[in-house]
Amino acid sequence: MQAITSVTKSESGFTEGLKAGISIAIGYMPVALTFGLLARTTGLTLYEAVLMSVLVFAGAAQYITLSLLAIGTGAFEIIFTIFIVNIRHLLMSASINEKVMEDTPWKKAIYAFGITDETFTVSATKHGEITTGYMYGLCLISYSSWVAFTGGGYIVGASLPSVVQQGMSVALYAMFIGLLIPSAKKSRKVLFLAGVAALLNSLFTWAHFSTGWAIVLATLLSSILVEWIIGRNKNE
Amino acid sequence: MSSTMLMIILGLAIVTYIPRMIPLVFFKSENIPSSVQNVLKNVPFAILGALIFPGVLTISDNIMFGIVGAGAAFLAAYLGANLIIVVMVSVSVLSTYAYFFS
Repeated sequence: MQAITSVTKSESGFTEGLKAGISIAIGYMPVALTFGLLARTTGLTLYEAVLMSVLVFAGAAQYITLSLLAIGTGAFEIIFTIFIVNIRHLLMSASINEKVMEDTPWKKAIYAFGITDETFTVSATKHGEITTGYMYGLCLISYSSWVAFTGGGYIVGASLPSVVQQGMSVALYAMFIGLLIPSAKKSRKVLFLAGVAALLNSLFTWAHFSTGWAIVLATLLSSILVEWIIGRNKNE
Repeated sequence: MSSTMLMIILGLAIVTYIPRMIPLVFFKSENIPSSVQNVLKNVPFAILGALIFPGVLTISDNIMFGIVGAGAAFLAAYLGANLIIVVMVSVSVLSTYAYFFS
């Protein structure tokens, strides 16, 4: 009986994850289409472009790779640069690990592949426990969109009509705003965390830090600062 | 496919997967000090702030595009619309704006 309940639970988690991922799948469409298009103009073959989306599945990393390839950067330098860009995945993985259901390591190792800015923020701001099934559903729909539209962008060679494309360029930001506002309305701590990080990120961006480092430092400093202030107020 | 390109893609796959996987597979919550746990729990909301700003202002050369799109998303979210609606509203409003102003 217990086994049956747990199976049903993980299945419903999967469907819930798929649904939660629809916004991400929509948001990835213009980004992946453009990646496919740029990959072609950079001189990659269709298989190389799609293989990169299949094996890497990281927007920022893939875009930066194209621009490095375009200026003739060597293989080792590209790989090392991307390793640095990906440091923030380490932070997101450690953070989501505090919230997900305990499960066998190999199952967690599978959905770990699907951790992106988007799948992380959607799952981490969700209410209640995050099941393994939920993570599978969430990552699968996001990943499918990413891979399919990479190929689509490459083959079609042009992206959506210009007006629609300009409109869709805001989709992922709209999603981040939609994730933040409900929690920020209820909690001043959330508002403060986001506000301080936004401010620090603007400062670091202005000081010409690379995007990857600016976001990691802003996030980490804001998270520590807010915790420190709360701890201090409790002690007084 | 050139072998150099294949090597680059495989290298990228490895250096992207490892940071995603190590904490989830090897970190044990009970071994992590509670102060660090609290900081990690703050990360999702802090990173949302950093992901939105100032990036949203750079989606177009015209700074108004980001302001209009983000404003529409903010309003829809503030009024309690669910996530997909927030995205749809923001995209539609900005497409309409782009139609008239670009």
